[in-house]
Amino acid sequence: MLGARQYPTAPSDFGAIESAPVPTHDVLVIGAGLAGQRAALAAAEEGVSVGIVSKVHPVRSHSNAAQGGINAALNPGDSWESHAFDTIKGSDYLSDQDAVEIMCREAPEEILHLEHLGVTFHRNEEGKLGTRAFGGASAARTYYVADITGQAIMHVLYEQLMKHADSVARYEEWFSTALALDEQGECCGVVTRNIADGSMELFRAKSVILACGGNGQVWKPTTNALICTGDGIAMAYRVGAKLMDMEMIQYHPTTLAGKGFLITEGARGEGAHLLNAKGERFMERYAPNKMELASRDVVSRAEQTEINEGRGFPDGTVALDITVVPKKRVHEALREIVLVGKDFAGVDITREPIHIKPGNHYTMGGIKTDVDGRTDIPGLYSAGETACVSVHGGNRLGANSLLDTLIFGRRSGADAAARAKRTEGSRPSKAVLEAEQATIDAISAREKGSGRRVSEIKFDLGTAMDAKVAVFRDEAGIQEALETVRRLKVEAETAYIDDKGSIFNQDILGAIELGYMLDNAECTCVAALERKESRGAQYRTDFPERNDEEWLKHIDLQLNDDGPEISYSEVTITQWEPQERTY
Amino acid sequence: MAEYTLKVRRYQPESGEAAYWEEFNVELDPSLSVLDGLLQAKDRDDGSLSVRCSCRAAICGSCGMKINGQSGLGCKTQIGEAQELAEKKASVSPNANGETPTIVVEPMGNMPVIKDLITDMESTHWTKIRRVTPWLLPHGEPPEREYVVEPESMIDITQSMACIQCGACVSSCLSMEADPDFIGPAALAKAYRFVGDPRDAETKERLHDLANDPHGIYDCTHCFSCIDACPKGVAPMDQIMRLRRKAGEEGIEDVNNGDNHVHAFVNMIEKKGTNDEALLIQETYAPGVKGKLKPTKAAIKGLVESLPTVLRAIKTGKARSLPKLIPGVHPKLPDGAQDEVKAIYQHAEEHREEFNIYITGEEDVEPEPDEPTDATLTAEAASAAESEES
Repeated sequence: MLGARQYPTAPSDFGAIESAPVPTHDVLVIGAGLAGQRAALAAAEEGVSVGIVSKVHPVRSHSNAAQGGINAALNPGDSWESHAFDTIKGSDYLSDQDAVEIMCREAPEEILHLEHLGVTFHRNEEGKLGTRAFGGASAARTYYVADITGQAIMHVLYEQLMKHADSVARYEEWFSTALALDEQGECCGVVTRNIADGSMELFRAKSVILACGGNGQVWKPTTNALICTGDGIAMAYRVGAKLMDMEMIQYHPTTLAGKGFLITEGARGEGAHLLNAKGERFMERYAPNKMELASRDVVSRAEQTEINEGRGFPDGTVALDITVVPKKRVHEALREIVLVGKDFAGVDITREPIHIKPGNHYTMGGIKTDVDGRTDIPGLYSAGETACVSVHGGNRLGANSLLDTLIFGRRSGADAAARAKRTEGSRPSKAVLEAEQATIDAISAREKGSGRRVSEIKFDLGTAMDAKVAVFRDEAGIQEALETVRRLKVEAETAYIDDKGSIFNQDILGAIELGYMLDNAECTCVAALERKESRGAQYRTDFPERNDEEWLKHIDLQLNDDGPEISYSEVTITQWEPQERTY
Repeated sequence: MAEYTLKVRRYQPESGEAAYWEEFNVELDPSLSVLDGLLQAKDRDDGSLSVRCSCRAAICGSCGMKINGQSGLGCKTQIGEAQELAEKKASVSPNANGETPTIVVEPMGNMPVIKDLITDMESTHWTKIRRVTPWLLPHGEPPEREYVVEPESMIDITQSMACIQCGACVSSCLSMEADPDFIGPAALAKAYRFVGDPRDAETKERLHDLANDPHGIYDCTHCFSCIDACPKGVAPMDQIMRLRRKAGEEGIEDVNNGDNHVHAFVNMIEKKGTNDEALLIQETYAPGVKGKLKPTKAAIKGLVESLPTVLRAIKTGKARSLPKLIPGVHPKLPDGAQDEVKAIYQHAEEHREEFNIYITGEEDVEPEPDEPTDATLTAEAASAAESEES
């Protein structure tokens, strides 16, 4: 009666390698946030064997933090073209328009699918799906669950993973350290560490999907969780996959000073004002039409300008005034923010303005993929913040990230399953497993005091990146950050850890994550240095104008012996020619 | 900046040694969290100090722990406040050695400990979650568009959707301490998320399932611990009570007779405006028995079994003694107090709203124009008294 209707149970019969059995799946998903879970469910629906590996329990994933909502042109009066145009304009014309079209066309169906699975979306008075306004959008097309939209969707997807436990194997608290390629250069497996007991395992798969989230921890402070260390981006980069748009790092306009906690854009969507220390609604000067609801890069720059020119508060902030929003509405739609204000800033946002500033928030760039999540490496897929399709280009619109994870998660899952069905699958060499084990043994063997502590290096990295590769950038600053990153890379080679055990050794994971973070940082610095113009989140004070003639192109990075090697790829333009961007 | 000492319950499974206490001195702003303190100790002093954590903003649910004995999230407990609580506790029961009080940090309760502050949630918390069939079971094919449902119904279950599965309520649950098989606050709150969802087609089956399980909804003892522990305002106990109410509406018999007890009490308040203790027990077990010749065997058994409780209540002064304890003979309260209570009851019935923070906001929300004030309540009481007189 209460039994689950299962997907057809999938065979995983392509067997053991050599004598030792290894966990084997047709499709293996790394990361269990929204993109990963959606990919796993989509692959399972195709009837293949699926495994999902995550370094934290899936519901701990950072998709939780997406507060405001998810965009879709679902209302009869709205159109996918309008959503697409807003997205492309928001991206400062760096997004690939074919990918944006797919995302915006498929958005309504995805929202309805989620609703049917059980997401408790906000309803209007007629009991139908209701919307709220969001930044950079020409219509109110953001669907939401109070201000816990990401959490609500992710927990519903996890319900589905539990329901389909027969067809999706969950590896919760398994940490991935490296991808395995076969002799043809195709991805055929992943090396992981079972955090519970420290054992190393080589998983075998016909398709691997990297959905590991972004790299916010490279910056300090950041709105991102401690787990957002760019693992997927670094793992792909290390086996030669191309990265794209790595210079495009979003600073969110409303984060708590010092701690980096996020105040949802939904607050401004509900009508909250931004004020400088003089009490002026300064957005009038920067975006007279959209005011507080201009694109995030525009609002963040406006705030930073106010702060830099002395019109901010002494703590380097401006104020977000939510008291103009009716109290009942605040409690109904912004409850999480009421709690964040109370618990983390000691401010009752229904009674007084709260001090905020721009803070690191989102990785627009990532592993270069096509619209089906395929990377340059056969068998390797990527989706969500780890990937760069590119739908966000130079600046992501609010409430488009959840959409990105779901649409391209689903598409990757489906294509990865299709590939698994038509390929034999090859045998990963044990050499990669042995190499990873050796790396870990070497870290453990470093004696206390032989180098710096991992935590110190992380602190230096975050501070340098936030100082030099943030809202405003210039050549000297980026160069300085790059030199810091390269010095820290050398120091990381001798950094020591305290925990020598096997069970839940978080110390060793921290050392591996530091390596991932440094690779991410180096790539961002190199790309930011290369792009000699201002577009989206990349604002170069030494090149303050957008330069379509020379720079309407993506910067791609690929690992060579000396680090990231630069190449370029075209921006796909379908029907929206670049225009001047004002809000 | 201030200095704090964190006294941490440590367990290193590979050392072969039992759990032990270790103190860490940290220095941070009082507004930062206990988790920030632990991470500082981990970063500076001992990287083997193990604690699950990720978001630092009370949304991922990783860092459930006990702080000064209270279950909650490390990231949501300000270290300055934790110190104040530790000092307050010490002032009540001073330390024999006269040491300065420290913030005591332990792993969550009702779960096996794996290492330091890391517990095995899979074998306890998640197994219980899976017990309640935690996915939507709609009837038939989905509609072409969205399911059209009452807007309030979605807001209503959003309270239990706000659960982040941190396990703090499970850690604090006293019923589970007595009965480890109790499905527990988190899983039952999750169950309400489906029972309360108009899109779910298995409401009846779910309620029967949870009511018939001896470790189900009637295993909760109403102690409020989970409500105190929950960092997200889910109020798991409230969700359990909603499940019980729905089960009662469904005609499911409450083995503890709690549902009848509630009805008896409510009826009495409605009719009399006060609690008539003597009648309460009788009405709980044998509603309407007065005038009937043959109460059921179960009712007689229940009444007889209650006698020791009644006697204890009389002895301790919790119930009035004879002869005032003759059922149905109840002295009038002075100054029309009973009429006032009846008016409040009537008002509550007419404005029947679940207490749900998502609907009503928090307690400090100013009343809506149509909400009652003391003045209107008094007026209503007066008119109710009038109508009774006439």
